[in-house]
Amino acid sequence: MSTSRVVNGVNVASHYRDEKHQYASNKEGIWLFMVTEILMFGGLFVGYIIYHSMYPELFAEGASFLDWRLGFINTLVLIFSSLTMALGIYYNQISQPKKATWALAITLICAATFMVIKYFEYTHKFHIGIFPGAMLNLETLKEHGYNIQHPNLGLYFGFYFCMSGLHGIHVLIGMGLIAWVMIKNMKREFNANYYTPVEGVGIFWHIVDLIWIFLFPLLYLVG
Amino acid sequence: MGHASGKNYINEEPGLLSWFTSLDHKRIAILYFVSIMFFFLVGGIMALLLRLELFAVNSAPNVGNILKNGDVYNQVLTYHGAVMVFMVIVPGIPAILGNFFLPLQIGAKDVAFPRLNLASWYIFMLGAALAVITFFVAKVDTGWTFYTPYSIRTGGAVVMMVVAAFIMGMSSIVTGLNFIVTVHKLRAPGMSMFRIPLFTWAIYSTAIIQVLATPVLGITLLLLAMERTFGVGIFDPKLGGDPVLFQHFFWFYSHPAVYIMILPAMGVISELITTYSKKTIFGYTAIAFSSIGIAAVSFFVWGHHMFVSGQSEIAGIVFSFLTMLVGVPTAIKMFNWLATLYKGSIEFTAPMLYALGFLFLFAIGGVTGIMLAVTAIDVHFHDTYFVVAHFHYVMVGGTLMAIMGGFFHWFPKMFGKMYSEVGARWSWVFIFIGFNVTFFPQFILGAKGMPRRYFDYVPEYETLNRVSTVGSWLITIGFLIGLYVIVQGLRKGKQAPDNPWGSKTLEWQTSSPPIMHNFDHDPVVTAGPYEYK
Repeated sequence: MSTSRVVNGVNVASHYRDEKHQYASNKEGIWLFMVTEILMFGGLFVGYIIYHSMYPELFAEGASFLDWRLGFINTLVLIFSSLTMALGIYYNQISQPKKATWALAITLICAATFMVIKYFEYTHKFHIGIFPGAMLNLETLKEHGYNIQHPNLGLYFGFYFCMSGLHGIHVLIGMGLIAWVMIKNMKREFNANYYTPVEGVGIFWHIVDLIWIFLFPLLYLVG
Repeated sequence: MGHASGKNYINEEPGLLSWFTSLDHKRIAILYFVSIMFFFLVGGIMALLLRLELFAVNSAPNVGNILKNGDVYNQVLTYHGAVMVFMVIVPGIPAILGNFFLPLQIGAKDVAFPRLNLASWYIFMLGAALAVITFFVAKVDTGWTFYTPYSIRTGGAVVMMVVAAFIMGMSSIVTGLNFIVTVHKLRAPGMSMFRIPLFTWAIYSTAIIQVLATPVLGITLLLLAMERTFGVGIFDPKLGGDPVLFQHFFWFYSHPAVYIMILPAMGVISELITTYSKKTIFGYTAIAFSSIGIAAVSFFVWGHHMFVSGQSEIAGIVFSFLTMLVGVPTAIKMFNWLATLYKGSIEFTAPMLYALGFLFLFAIGGVTGIMLAVTAIDVHFHDTYFVVAHFHYVMVGGTLMAIMGGFFHWFPKMFGKMYSEVGARWSWVFIFIGFNVTFFPQFILGAKGMPRRYFDYVPEYETLNRVSTVGSWLITIGFLIGLYVIVQGLRKGKQAPDNPWGSKTLEWQTSSPPIMHNFDHDPVVTAGPYEYK
């Protein structure tokens, strides 16, 4: 069943009463999806907590390889992008699509900045021989003047790469989604009555930011 | 009688292609029906091969070594388990009967997100295709549970298989999410939460588990894939990791998943028992809440899979008691069904026979579950055929009985045709007897100590294994009869009336088969679902 009709200037699928009914349902769907995202990361957080309590010193040594300043900059970048994302929704709610487009563009730039910083962090680690788990290269690390206390340091970086990597994939997906609603926005598809996709992407983006806000202290500051 | 205009969801849009692009929940249900039937056939053939291998000890000529060696046996065992769990029993009732009847039962025109619904089928098929490809590329032999550290070391396309399971999990999440929003937002006027039919209650509870538990399986399988590809070390003791953590993660999903498999079946049984006793269901609220209760408790019992995996004694005791707790809401359901039967006008139609078969088999499966929850007994029974018999009594005796019963019950509504009642009853006779012949001896074999997952055994176990294998043939005959009845019904069945069973729930108020938009006029609900007498 795919028929729809126009109610208050909004395309409403025929199984919904009106645009508000459709909006409320879509929003519940998005929030439920966010629950699944949090639970998926939850597995990683639980694993992190277990191993951190088993090997606190190993985790401290691992964290010492991360530059907290880069992580901190990235945290600020993401928090700021959450603000601009919220503004992107707000400007649509008050029917100011031009400003909304700008807000979304800034959000996109912030996300790209985050990924660029992440790229430099990753490549630096690969350069000095830091890889997840069994691939950790102790020789290369020694050549760069690092004397490792825990030969199983790769376990920490297993978590580091899995957690930040999965988060990075979410940032990339988020960038695609933000670009999508930005283009729709430029085509003036949203107005005060209809802005569900922007809000949905916004909710997703805030969750991605929120996960980073937990990842930052756990990975960079612990120890 | 059909709809006045003769139009219904089957003939409204012509052409095969229109089925693959349809957003109609009823058509998507049929897509799922055809694909899951196919996978059931595949998984069933695997099961027959396994039983044939076990027909005689390996030294016997010709029979007894049909799968050549243990490696092949392990592979066939893996695919039997993976296909049956991920492609048949988990999606089975929600994706087929749930998709079709959940919107109808609450008086909705469709599910909340029709496009997502169609996407879920494509995602499911993608995952299933990947899993099937591994069978031809490099067979996996880990068992469907992918336990570490074996799954890290063994050959075969484990990563691909795990990704396949991950993708099918996404499909399951999407379906669950869709159902939750549908139940919350799309109920007809007057359809309060406590007027929802119990089948929908069960699907709703299942959807909650699907949404909450499946992501954890997702991350577990991703970590396993990472472990194999990059050796991240999280499950590898050599690198400081812990293989038992995999079991914790895996069962945190997979135990609730057991209830993903059984709760919808219980929902079907509630409908069948009340319809064919022509009596208001006893304890509607208790049954509805016990579904939620089972869903809630299911998240706290995963440790009973690890009584002998080295978890602490305290954890074992706690999990043991929590597991026994599952018996409470389950028993509430059982007793309510029995109380519904009491003084009802029982008709022994094929669906009712399946429902009664469910009560019998599920009681055995449930009680042996309580036995296995007792740690002292479990140490003896762990990894024996006793466990195999137990979960087959629940999964096959429970869920498959309900699928068959529910399918015959709703067949006239789905296709607008009647099936042969006599044939359907014969299918039940063979499946029910064959099932007991196959799996009851396995309780005895397990109690005598025959380990599961072995391709051979000592001669003392041979007689009972033979009985069991013969039983598997009887089940096959039963399913073949069932298939024949379905095909004959579709080809030559009499036109079905709108409500052949005199049922009271909403899906029977529309035409058979339903029109595209489900109802001529938006239904207004003024009474509960089971007001028989």
